[in-house]
Amino acid sequence: MTTKYVLRFVALGYLAALLVVPVGLVVQRALADGPGDFLAAITTPEAMHALWLTVLIALIAVPANTVFGVLCALAIVRRRFPGHGLVNSIVDLPLALSPVVVGLALVLVYGRNGWWGSWLIDNGFQVIFALPGMVLATIFVSLPFVVREVVPVLREIGDEQEEASATLGASSWQTFWRVTLPAIRWGVAYGVVLTTARALGEFGAVSVVSGRIAGRTETMTLHVEERFQSFDLTGAYASSVVLALLAVATLLAMTLLRREDGS
Amino acid sequence: MAIEARNVSKCFGDFTALDDVSVEVESGSLTALLGPSGSGKSTLLRVIAGLEQPDAGEVFISGEEATGVSPQKRGVGFVFQHYAAFKHMTVWDNVAFGLSIRKRPKHEIEDRVGELLDLVQLNGLAKRYPAQLSGGQRQRMALARALAVEPKVLLLDEPFGALDARVRKELRAWLRRLHDEVHVTTIFVTHDQEEAMEIADQIVLMNEGRVEQVGGARDLYERPANKFVMTFIGPVSSFGEELVRPHDIEVRREPNGAAERATVERVVHLGFEVRADLALEDGREVWVQMTKAEADELDLEQGAQVFVATKE
Repeated sequence: MTTKYVLRFVALGYLAALLVVPVGLVVQRALADGPGDFLAAITTPEAMHALWLTVLIALIAVPANTVFGVLCALAIVRRRFPGHGLVNSIVDLPLALSPVVVGLALVLVYGRNGWWGSWLIDNGFQVIFALPGMVLATIFVSLPFVVREVVPVLREIGDEQEEASATLGASSWQTFWRVTLPAIRWGVAYGVVLTTARALGEFGAVSVVSGRIAGRTETMTLHVEERFQSFDLTGAYASSVVLALLAVATLLAMTLLRREDGS
Repeated sequence: MAIEARNVSKCFGDFTALDDVSVEVESGSLTALLGPSGSGKSTLLRVIAGLEQPDAGEVFISGEEATGVSPQKRGVGFVFQHYAAFKHMTVWDNVAFGLSIRKRPKHEIEDRVGELLDLVQLNGLAKRYPAQLSGGQRQRMALARALAVEPKVLLLDEPFGALDARVRKELRAWLRRLHDEVHVTTIFVTHDQEEAMEIADQIVLMNEGRVEQVGGARDLYERPANKFVMTFIGPVSSFGEELVRPHDIEVRREPNGAAERATVERVVHLGFEVRADLALEDGREVWVQMTKAEADELDLEQGAQVFVATKE
């Protein structure tokens, strides 16, 4: 009995010390000067633009990674092809690689002196220090989540339902929409939630490729840091609270999905 | 011929699942592919359905070459051992799947699905999900789903393998009745010789990727082509150098010509049937099978001295 309580105490204490107290303090500090200052800090043009940019990047990166993730998971689980193992490992690369390195790699490829960066810039398409680069960086770092959520679900359901669908006259397209996708939908949903959380919180890679121009290429995370460096603590804390609220919203979505899944 | 497989071979890596197999199945018949696990029977069924591509050989369905045709266009109904139910659909939607893929008119789908659910006795459960059904009910649903599209042939892969013994027996008898009603050419895979003998018109006995013998249950039992068929179909007892059916050994109280002397080691009463283990004088053992009446007449009990010979 005592062990149970000790364990519970340790777990809760650990969570409190590392997560709840610091985040709570951020909220407290953000509101320390009153709700007026808080509102003013999050409604500056820079803060509004940063929020919009963060959401916009997520709106592009998350659907892209969802489609890619499902296709990639299908290839990994259902197909045998040369280089199969390699694909399976490369998908995990963004988890292992530091986002800063990802950012630098993108600069090397798309930057002014990069592989095809100069050609792109000459043709009026700027990737680095602009939205496309930030979207690419975000897609890169949030790539594995849908794949990793869907692969085990696909393995678990096996291919008998798909085979049954084929013998009943369904094309592979019909089988995908009517049989496979409904069967993996909760896996896809978890993957989307995780991808969204990762996309909203991305800092390192985006920081390198964005150029961090306030009001133009600044996402919420970059904005928080920029305010902090400028000694505008209220601004930094206020934007942090907005980010935290976005995170809570994604967590809430995940919890609701879990509940749905369980029934 | 409704189904014909010609010289079909299939390997999985180093494992030869099918080695130059040829099988013919008559229209409207109920055929069992029987064999131990790893004999290639399921692979042959999947090759016929188009779920596996053979390395060599051809498949004909209703006289037409089907080897390169996708399962989608073969017109076969397939029933899986583990049901392969569409878990996110109701029983009704599962059965209607093939028809709605074919974009049949709504009223036609409704009539047909209703009819099939009557046929498989699931009419009260149309709105349930597969998870809410028993194994037997799920398999009947899978059967209705396969029959809905009026397949040219019906293929069942160990359809009762995942069910408990009692349900298995019920469904077995029910499948035979269903086949007599619907008359669609049917092949089912089983490793249970009793199941094959009970319901199949024709048994294809397979072993190690080859066909050992094809015939009716009596053919295989009474005229086995080789030792494997003999031992796989029905009980065997080794008597001297040869394998015999344990009921083909005559036991008597008095010596008679070439009969050998033996001692009764153990007697097992199984109701109508009685089995006895006998020890011959040279130490070899043989077991015999007889009716209760015969055993009573012999007054068979442990330690009794008897004489045994193969029946003529």
